[in-house]
Amino acid sequence: MSELKHWSPADQIALLFALLFGLLLLITAGGVLYRLKNPVEELAINPRSARAQFQRDLNASWVGALLFWLAWISGPAGSTILFGLFSFFCLREFITLQHTTRSDHRTLIAAFFIVLPLQYIVVANRRFDLFTVLIPVYAFLAIPVISALSGDPKRFLERNAKIQWGIMVCIYGLSHAPALLLLEFPRYAGKGAFLLFFLVTVVSVAQIVQEVVSRSVRSLPTVRAISRSFSRRAWWSGALAGAFVGALLYWVTPFKAGQAFVMAFIAAASGTLGALVMKAMKREAGIHYWGNRSGITGAVGLLDRVAALCFAAPIFFHSVRWYFKLSV
Amino acid sequence: MRLADLMGPFLGFLARAITGAQGHWLGCPPSNEQRIYIANHQSHFDLVLIWAALPSELRAKTRAIAARDYWTKGKFKTWLTTDVFNTVYVSRTRANPDEDPLEPLVEALKQGDSLIIFPEGTRSNKGEPMPFKAGIYHLAEQFPNVQIIPTWIDNVQRVMPKGEVVPVPILCTVTFGTPTQIQPGEEKKAFLERTRAEVTALKPGGWKQ
Repeated sequence: MSELKHWSPADQIALLFALLFGLLLLITAGGVLYRLKNPVEELAINPRSARAQFQRDLNASWVGALLFWLAWISGPAGSTILFGLFSFFCLREFITLQHTTRSDHRTLIAAFFIVLPLQYIVVANRRFDLFTVLIPVYAFLAIPVISALSGDPKRFLERNAKIQWGIMVCIYGLSHAPALLLLEFPRYAGKGAFLLFFLVTVVSVAQIVQEVVSRSVRSLPTVRAISRSFSRRAWWSGALAGAFVGALLYWVTPFKAGQAFVMAFIAAASGTLGALVMKAMKREAGIHYWGNRSGITGAVGLLDRVAALCFAAPIFFHSVRWYFKLSV
Repeated sequence: MRLADLMGPFLGFLARAITGAQGHWLGCPPSNEQRIYIANHQSHFDLVLIWAALPSELRAKTRAIAARDYWTKGKFKTWLTTDVFNTVYVSRTRANPDEDPLEPLVEALKQGDSLIIFPEGTRSNKGEPMPFKAGIYHLAEQFPNVQIIPTWIDNVQRVMPKGEVVPVPILCTVTFGTPTQIQPGEEKKAFLERTRAEVTALKPGGWKQ
């Protein structure tokens, strides 16, 4: 382990990817073997079964790992474009299920073709002072102004809130992932990928543990109307599991073990709570997954996979900045 | 290679990037049998969307119907409908009473082409399609072996409402239903109403309207 410290950051990151993909391959191979052993499993057909949930979680992990790897090998410009595209597809899914009207047309054009590229251009140029305020300050004034100029007062506040939420989650939240890659920390140069890896791992572990606990431990759902599986106990298990994994991974981060535990807890807790918020939105829209299986939208369900990250990334990002005492 | 040969795939790519343009073959698999797709019509984007949802091998032999008076106005529109999409023009107004407006369609079907028809005749924005025009009945009568595929294009009115130029990225689907034909002894009115109901029935539900 002490030898590893002398490796260059690039080599350390290469080793990290080798471990990550090796682990995923092992789990996938295990899943395939399980399916071979139990070939006729009727549960597999039911999209709400544990087996289907496991498959979804595994797919999500693959997507996350590949995304992370692509972001790393393609450098700052590549990772910015990549996450920009993901933002675009997520926002497209989000807006599809919100019932925007004809008078929202210009507002949506501004969201997709002005706010989104602008935010990612600012990230690519590492203008972190502007990056944190561009959407909450400037875009959130501009969007309702464009809506007002469309001259339709019907459900004005509701329509604006929906679009602003879409921007907040799908653009602002997700753009913090490449920001983590690009942010230079003192004594921690070139290792931004470790922070993103730390974040993604901790959030995924928290989600998976929460899911497993809610299935295996009987406890009262806290908010039955929104989620049957969300309970206080499951949430605490998930967040703490994420925190423990984070503490175990402290050596890839600039933190000490105890600090890594706290940081991981913050990320895991905000990620799982964010997923609950997205679930509430899905309930309002009357669907079960963003990319609905019955083929309503034809989406791939990307938003389902990155929703927790959208919430965890900004909180984690600012906690890290605070830790390094970087001025805003 | 002509510019038009590139324009088609480019528009298809654009349609997929903006709307997903997912084809759902619920009632039949995609096939190169001769077919008439009858679809609801809400936007000019419909044609590109249904075309992008078809497998690329079928696109060359599947021709949409375009109104001659609108789509031959101006060079670009003519080029788009002739060279890129190879549409069949149909006159909405008759020059003389003896002219059969279905003539070009019959001609295309005789050549073995498949057709995309919007039987409402114009774009509607009420959600429900308007009553179907009688043209498809006469075609179905003359070509009993051609399958009629009810098709529903969903969400496209949100992508580009009438009067707007820039499309907004919103996911759209094209749902293809079960092939149908004129039932034995079926009257024109009954056929038009039944096919309209079959098209409407393909509208995806599942979330709050």
